[in-house]
Amino acid sequence: MTDAEFLLWVRGPAFTTATFIMCAGLVIRFLEIFLLGRKADLAEARGSAFAGGFRTMFKRSIPDAGSFERSGFTLVSGYIFHIGLFIVIFLFVPHILVFEAATGLSWPGLPSNIIDATNVVTMIALLAVLIHRIKDPVMRMLSEFNDYLVWFVTFLPLLTGYLAFHRVGLSAPMLIGLHILSVELLMVLFPFTKLSHAFTLWMARWYNGAIAGYKGVQS
Amino acid sequence: MSKDKTLGETLQERGVSRRSFLKFCATTASMMALPPAMIPVIAATLEKLRRPSVIWLSFQECTGCTESLTRSHSATIEDLIFDTISLDYHHTLQAASGSAAEHAREEAMQENYGNYILVVDGSIPGENNGYSTIAGISNKAMLLEVAAGAAAIVAVGSCAAFGGIPKADPNPTGAVSVSDLIKDKPIVNIPGCPPIPAVITGVLVQFLTFGLPELDQLGRPAAFYGNSIHDRCYRRPFYDKGLFADSFDDEGAKKGWCLFKLGCKGPTTYNACATTKWNDGTSFPIEAGHPCLGCSEPDFWDAGSFYKALSTPTEDIGKTAVYAGAAGLIAGAALGASLRARKQSAVKNHERVTIDDLDQES
Repeated sequence: MTDAEFLLWVRGPAFTTATFIMCAGLVIRFLEIFLLGRKADLAEARGSAFAGGFRTMFKRSIPDAGSFERSGFTLVSGYIFHIGLFIVIFLFVPHILVFEAATGLSWPGLPSNIIDATNVVTMIALLAVLIHRIKDPVMRMLSEFNDYLVWFVTFLPLLTGYLAFHRVGLSAPMLIGLHILSVELLMVLFPFTKLSHAFTLWMARWYNGAIAGYKGVQS
Repeated sequence: MSKDKTLGETLQERGVSRRSFLKFCATTASMMALPPAMIPVIAATLEKLRRPSVIWLSFQECTGCTESLTRSHSATIEDLIFDTISLDYHHTLQAASGSAAEHAREEAMQENYGNYILVVDGSIPGENNGYSTIAGISNKAMLLEVAAGAAAIVAVGSCAAFGGIPKADPNPTGAVSVSDLIKDKPIVNIPGCPPIPAVITGVLVQFLTFGLPELDQLGRPAAFYGNSIHDRCYRRPFYDKGLFADSFDDEGAKKGWCLFKLGCKGPTTYNACATTKWNDGTSFPIEAGHPCLGCSEPDFWDAGSFYKALSTPTEDIGKTAVYAGAAGLIAGAALGASLRARKQSAVKNHERVTIDDLDQES
């Protein structure tokens, strides 16, 4: 297989397969959660479940002062790499074209040099998070293979993206092909690992907020 | 023109001044990214050179490569340099035809066996030898016969180098490249559809002066195919700034912004178009407002649509997502139903612990 054939394969059958697994996997995971159902709450409502749930979905993104004191590093590095991932994934023009091809939706992007700089900052933040996970005894004890795998498949597209943008080592078709392949690995593992929190996070927050809201307590 | 004359003597006879000959050598040196100190070396080597015999075989091709070379711009020093090799066989350019033409080829082979340069344009049918023949000889048989006595082979054009358009899906003739058939000779690929004329002559000069050039992994001379179009493109600053043409007639196109969104294959294409340019350095496709097709890369004809951005999937992803969603609904409903049943049976089989149970001594 030549480099050009490899690029064609990752843009063609491999991308289709990865998209299929990711989309089908996400629907399965959602149904798995939803169909388990919830016990009816027979108590009288003391507040609005909807308002509580809706508020909590967004409120949980703002850390309280206590969290900063307890785990400032996790918060700051977490924010940096999440915002960085958002910028790199959704605001790089060649990426926007992929979303447009899939959904028909398009939006303006940022200059590629800004994306490149953001990518480097994101990679540094992810490396810091990994070092913290390994060095901190509690974090290390809590970590399992899955956590390192998730870190790896998140970091890999950033690294291959950097190498493809700067043309390091291999031919351009091979570098771009490897970058797309690393994204496909992420897509395939997405529904079946902790990565699915990108979607489940919202309903988990809703659930917590709605319970509290129904009881009329702050969440 | 005698074959015994050196190139220097021939050029003198033709009235080419020393100044213009050295200018050619300097241009060639700069194209190959060689230091200026190499210019006299190129000049001295070329001047002393006796015209090497060149046999040019055309197989499944469109003659575009020959057109590129001969019609690029008239009577340049490159043309004269090309004249001064002994082009002993070339369907399109030779006056002889029929058995006389074939005789010229056989004679050139016999006289220069082991020393001649074989230039090939066009791919070779692999399925059925009858798809393309010359004087009743199949392309494959002729290539193998002529290649056996060649010092080196130059595969001109994407068809000879990689199979090109004849190899495009569904490849009805089973077309293959020169390097697919010949394994025991040095092969220099000069891909492009067609290749830049200055690159064809440049590679020949490089070959005659310094021997086999440094090649990349696809057998292309690194001096001409070392940089991607994207990296040397004058529209690159627009890519970096995130300024793109969305269609061929919008404001971005008029302002000369980057053509990535319109399917430009510049980022994955290695060629000298952006620097050497075409028509005596006048322009190149991107400068004319059209995205690069990637014609110097293998299988460029099948590398997705010419007008689809390089980063996008080649298949219909939206449809895939819908199918996946439907499949997920069915599988998820089945899984959910089974989990629900398990939950219900767990509730049903739940045994309540009574005070008596707790009082029991184990």
